[in-house]
Amino acid sequence: MNRKTITGIVLLGLLAVLPPIFIATGNAFYVDLTTRLVILAIAATSLNLVLGYGGLVSFGHAAFVGIGAYAVGIPAYHGIYGGGELIASFNGFYHIALAVILSALFALITGAICLRTKGVYFIMITMAFAQMVYYLFISLETYGADDGLVIDLRSELPLVNLDKPLQMYYFAFVSLLAALLIVRTIVRSRFGMVLQGAKGNPERMVTLGYNIYLYRLAAYVISGAMAGYAGALLGNFTTFISPDMMDWHRSGELMFMIILGGAATTLGPLMGSAAFIVVEEILSHYTVYWHLPFGLMLIAIVLFARGGVMGIITGKDKS
Amino acid sequence: MSSLLSITGLNKSFGGIKATDDVNLDVLEGELHAIIGPNGAGKTTLISQLSGALPPDTGSIMFNGQDITRAPAYGRAKLGITRSFQITSLVKDMSVLDNIALAVQAKQGHSFRFLKPARSIAPLRDEALTHLDAVGLADRADAPTVNLSHGEHRLMEIAIALASDAPLMMLDEPMAGLGPDESARMVTFLKTLKGKRTIVLIEHDMDAVFALADRISVLVYGHIIATGTPAEIRSNSAVRQAYLGEED
Amino acid sequence: MDYALLLVQTLNGVQLGLLLFLVASGLTLVFGILDFVNLAHGALYMLGAFICAWLTLALGNFLIAMVIAVPVTAGAGYLIERTVARPLYARDHLDQVLATFGLILVIDTMVHLVFGPEGIAVPLPAWLNGQLDFGANVILPTYRLLIIGFGILTAFGLFWMVTYTKIGMLIRAGASNRTMVSALGIDIQTLFAFVFALGAALAGLAGMLISPITEASIGMGNNIIITAFVVIIVGGIGSMKGAFIGAMLIGLIDTLGRSFLDTIFALFMSPAAAETSAPAISAMLIYIIMAAVLAVRPQGLFPPKAR
Repeated sequence: MNRKTITGIVLLGLLAVLPPIFIATGNAFYVDLTTRLVILAIAATSLNLVLGYGGLVSFGHAAFVGIGAYAVGIPAYHGIYGGGELIASFNGFYHIALAVILSALFALITGAICLRTKGVYFIMITMAFAQMVYYLFISLETYGADDGLVIDLRSELPLVNLDKPLQMYYFAFVSLLAALLIVRTIVRSRFGMVLQGAKGNPERMVTLGYNIYLYRLAAYVISGAMAGYAGALLGNFTTFISPDMMDWHRSGELMFMIILGGAATTLGPLMGSAAFIVVEEILSHYTVYWHLPFGLMLIAIVLFARGGVMGIITGKDKS
Repeated sequence: MSSLLSITGLNKSFGGIKATDDVNLDVLEGELHAIIGPNGAGKTTLISQLSGALPPDTGSIMFNGQDITRAPAYGRAKLGITRSFQITSLVKDMSVLDNIALAVQAKQGHSFRFLKPARSIAPLRDEALTHLDAVGLADRADAPTVNLSHGEHRLMEIAIALASDAPLMMLDEPMAGLGPDESARMVTFLKTLKGKRTIVLIEHDMDAVFALADRISVLVYGHIIATGTPAEIRSNSAVRQAYLGEED
Repeated sequence: MDYALLLVQTLNGVQLGLLLFLVASGLTLVFGILDFVNLAHGALYMLGAFICAWLTLALGNFLIAMVIAVPVTAGAGYLIERTVARPLYARDHLDQVLATFGLILVIDTMVHLVFGPEGIAVPLPAWLNGQLDFGANVILPTYRLLIIGFGILTAFGLFWMVTYTKIGMLIRAGASNRTMVSALGIDIQTLFAFVFALGAALAGLAGMLISPITEASIGMGNNIIITAFVVIIVGGIGSMKGAFIGAMLIGLIDTLGRSFLDTIFALFMSPAAAETSAPAISAMLIYIIMAAVLAVRPQGLFPPKAR
């Protein structure tokens, strides 16, 4: 095991035990921080499937997160609990299913169009479609337009009560573990090998007889669905949703988390999210102008350390 | 012998330049058919149209009695046409064995299989290893592809073509950039393949071509000026004038 | 149908289209010639607006402020080319996207630091601030007509430069064959820096022109950049002609969609339904157009010739 994997596993271990300690020591604020970290890590992990392993630079992942959050917020606003006796008492199933299905659907439709294009076209088009969703929700007066929407009631699930911060946290943490496992399984499977082959050399994969368009589309849909799930968690966590969640800056931040932690590695997105949240927390503590050093740091990382922050730690350059 | 690949009236121009000019060609089942011609004669353009990477302007391509003129590249590969690239085209950040295993895996129909780790599937890895062994690269199986030499990359291209089981192999300058020893090794290896597969070979190395080919077609400015056995081509005056005379 | 309103909104659409062209032309030049994706192009648009707004307040004259602000913005573009863009030409698009994303944060915060968090309203000279009455209910603000006139002039100037001047010849040659241009012994580095600065000046100019209407504000660049992306995707990335036609198309569709879609919808659905669905559809309209264009032509309407 290399140093990077060990760092990642230590981080996972810390995340498993720290929140109760935060509460016991009267630092409940840090539970909020770690919850946000974990949810963002799920979104970043989902993006890593297409960006890191698929080589598809999707600049619109915040849209899936937003769709997932609104899939919780809008039914909650209308008091809709979904049909069926069994699930009626737990609207959470309904909310989460809606979040996953809608974002998967959005990924299917936009992905079918975006993936016909390559390179810089793909970057810009994913960005544009995300902006479309952003403007769509801004135009919806009923759901608060650009002021956003407050969710009065969190989703109800059996066994966990999302109103309790610690239960919310562990629900997100277990979800993160599941997301990590899912992505890891997928990339090691035959499907994952094709996806990674198409990243390294699409021409070769086509010559071998793979219709790479379909493999990429499938990965894009899976990734979108997972990001939508993260959005449903985020909506439940913040109990406030607004189009700002889908602003393209959010997509850019998700991308940066992956690059920070190392793309195409299982734990990279998690480490990147942690680095991102910690740096953001420290810098914004000192100055309201924290975006300035933050932006400079981002530029410096791209210019000087291609292997990401982890490349600096392990002393190895990816190139 | 029946023809496996049949090209009729194929044309392709870029801007005003005719890269493929009314090409008619039959590749017989089991033969090694070399296509030679000076630089810029349109050899790679022709292969790209046969493999589906480029659409022809007019004309038709039949493979095994089936019209594949408009079939997508991945579809042709599934039907049994494989190609190697003039400029080595491998998945550089994967291991040598992974590259071959992807070619083996491609024969399984589809790869929408999400659960089992691909590297633990013994039949895939074993078959890939056999092909690597055939080209003498078995000991490099686990090396990252990027670490191999140019000559080894050329051999990997061949192993991939082998793994595909495709009845028709199109090899685009497999000897390009190889030293004399490596070239000789490649020629020996291609000889062992003769008769087992139908091969379309594009090559600049005339010694290799005349040693290997059953028939040769000469392509000049996108047009086939002659097709025949090596002896016929050698004595063809048009070829001598247009092409061989220019060679040193 | 209210024809006076239709005419006014059409002119507004043309105005938006011309501004979009100024932004998109720089973006498409930089991408077409330098193969560089500049997310911070919108930040330059904002920077131009702020510099001009500040100078207008300092000098008391909007037009003089603009004359100074355009070269200053070009200078900022040159500086960015030297420090951030140049080392990234050989890198992949992902690196370029990430670095210029960082650059947006830097420029946004710098503007925040220097000019404060509030936007700056830009006062126009009295002779520009009026309205022209063309009769039949057609009343147009003088300044909007000026934007249109100025936009058309700049567009012509740009086409003239690219088509007839030596530097334009180099730009076209550089877009289609980079190695050839350097083989001709032309200093490609200087050409690249010039193109980048030119793009910055054009984006800044667009920001300056719009600022008396909207005021200079920090978020302004982030919205226009995506619309400019839609423009060059529709037009074909790297094509000047595509940028122009795409910009006019998007400008007109967006403006007219926002004002008339409810009327059109009311023709075949209830007024209430039209009133609720029209804003949502018009917000998405240009993206739907983009998707439709891509479905038919994945390379856009006017893909540049192979590079």
